[in-house]
Amino acid sequence: MSTSSLIDATALTRRFGDLTAVDAVSFTLRRGEVVGFLGPNGAGKSTTMQMLAGALTPTAGGITVAGIDLLEQPAKAKRQIGYLPEQPPLYRDQSVDELLAFCAELRGVHRRHRAARIAAVKAQTGLDEVGKRLIGHLSKGFQQRVGIAQALVHDPSVVILDEPTSGLDPNQLREVRALIRELGRERGVILSTHILPEVQSVCDRVLLLRRGQIVFDDSLVTAGTGSSGELVARVAEPVTDTVRAALESAVGVLSVRLDGPLELTVSHDGRAETIDAVVCSLSGLGLRQLETEQRSLEDLFVSLTLGREH
Amino acid sequence: MFAIAKRELFSLFQTPLAWLLLAVTQAVLAYVFLRLLQAFAQAQGQLQGLPGAPGVTRMVAMPLLETCAFVMMVLVPLLTMRAFAEEERARTLVLLLSAPVSAAAIVMGKFLGVAAFLGIIVGLTLLMPASLAVGTNLDFGQLSAGLLGLLLITGLFAALGLFVSSMTVQPAMAGAGAFGMTLMLWMLDWGVERASLFEYLSVLHHFRTFLRGLISTADLGYFLVGIALFLYLTTSRIAARRSPV
Repeated sequence: MSTSSLIDATALTRRFGDLTAVDAVSFTLRRGEVVGFLGPNGAGKSTTMQMLAGALTPTAGGITVAGIDLLEQPAKAKRQIGYLPEQPPLYRDQSVDELLAFCAELRGVHRRHRAARIAAVKAQTGLDEVGKRLIGHLSKGFQQRVGIAQALVHDPSVVILDEPTSGLDPNQLREVRALIRELGRERGVILSTHILPEVQSVCDRVLLLRRGQIVFDDSLVTAGTGSSGELVARVAEPVTDTVRAALESAVGVLSVRLDGPLELTVSHDGRAETIDAVVCSLSGLGLRQLETEQRSLEDLFVSLTLGREH
Repeated sequence: MFAIAKRELFSLFQTPLAWLLLAVTQAVLAYVFLRLLQAFAQAQGQLQGLPGAPGVTRMVAMPLLETCAFVMMVLVPLLTMRAFAEEERARTLVLLLSAPVSAAAIVMGKFLGVAAFLGIIVGLTLLMPASLAVGTNLDFGQLSAGLLGLLLITGLFAALGLFVSSMTVQPAMAGAGAFGMTLMLWMLDWGVERASLFEYLSVLHHFRTFLRGLISTADLGYFLVGIALFLYLTTSRIAARRSPV
C-alpha cells in the first residue's frame, strides 16, 4: 500500500466559550497506519475525533481527508470517514439490519451494493446471528459491535473509533483488536483508549494529548521496545546471594529487587542480550513463571500527562 | 434526505404512540362527522325551501376539516417532540451530523417524514366527507380549498414543532412548548379588532378563508412563509450544533 496521507490536520483548535478543548493540534494519518489517541479524561480526545468526523466544526485550523478539504467539501470528504462516537449512535427501536441499511443509504452507498456491504460488515464484526434483532435488546458488547459495523458499512478509507473496546468481554476484546489491526492494513485507523496495553498491541503510532495539546507523537518503537523494562520472575528455589550478585553484575541490568523468597523483579535496559542473560541465570533456580513488563509507555503517559512542571 | 424521511416515518410507526394517535384521531373525528351529519339531516327539511341554502359541503365537510385542524394543534406537537430532542438525548444525532448530508437536508428529511405521517391522517379524515359523494352533491372546489388549507396549517404546526424540538433535549418540554405555541397561534385573534396585527398573525383567520373555498395569495403566503421560517430556524439550530459558538 502507498503511504499517502489520509488525514492532514493542521493547527486544529476548538473552543467552547472560554474553554479551549483542543489547542493547535496538527498530525497526519497515513494509509496502513493505526494511530492511538491517549490522554486523561478531558484531554480533548473525543473533541478532536468529533472534528475529524465532521460532527463538529473547528474554531480554527484545517482538515483534509484523502486530499479533500473537510470544511469546504464536507459531503464528499465525509464519505471517506467512518466514525464510532464514544456512545454508539444506535436507534434502539431498529433492528441491526435496518440500522445498517439506513446508514448505508445515508452515506451514499449505491442501492445495488448495499446488501453486499451490509453482509460484509456483519461478517467482519460477528453480527450474522443478530441481524433481525432489535438493537435495544442486544447486550452492550453486541451494541458496541453494531457501532463498529455502522462505521464500516460505507467502506470508508479512514476509520475513527472513540473507545471501541469499552464494555467488551475478554474474548470480544481480542476479536475487536484483531479487527482493528485488519482494518489498519488497508485503511487508516484512529482510535482512542484508556487501556495502555491495547495501544501497545494494536497501534503503530501513539499520540498523547494533554489539555488539548499533543505532548507526544511518535511510533511505538521509540515509545516502547528498546527502552528499559522489567522482568518479574517466580522461581522454584530461594534466590541465593550469589545468584543475586551475578544478576546485578550482568551487563545491562539496572537493579534487582526481591519481592519475596521466591519472587524477584529485574530492571533492565531492554536489550535482547540482557534479557537472555537474566533468563539464563534464573533458569538455574528452576524458573516457574516469567513476565515481561514494558513499563515505559505507562511511565511516559504518567510523566507527560500529569505534568511535572506543576 | 429521503433516507432520513423514510426512517422518520417508519420509526413513527414502530412506536405504539403513533398508532394510538392515529386511532384516537380517527375515533374523535368519526364521532364529530356523525354528529355533523345528524345535525345536517335534521336541518335539511327547513333548509330545502330556502334559495342559496348551505349544502352538505359547508354544513358537514368544512366543520369537520376545522375540527381536524384543531386536533392537529394537539397532535402535531406530540409527534414532532421527539424528532430532535430524542436524538440528542439518545446521542444518535451525531450519526446524522457526521453523515455526508447538510443541516438543511437533515431538517427537510425530518419534516417530510412527519408530513407524510400527517398526510395519512388528513387523507383518512378526508375519506369521511368523500363518502358523501355517493348520495349527495359535493362542492369539490370548496373541498379541495379546505384540504389545501388543512395541509398548510398542519405543515406549519409540524415545522414549528420541529423547531421547538431542536431547542431542547427533553421531548416532553418540546411537546409542551410546541403545544403552547400552536395554541397561541390558534387563539391569537380571539376578541381582537378586525384587521389588526393579531388577527393577521392568527392561524385560524387564514385557515378560515380556505374553508370558505377561497385560495388567496395572502393566506397562501402566510402559511408558506411560516413553514419556511421555522424550517430555516431549525436548520440554523442544527448547523449550530456543528459550528463554533
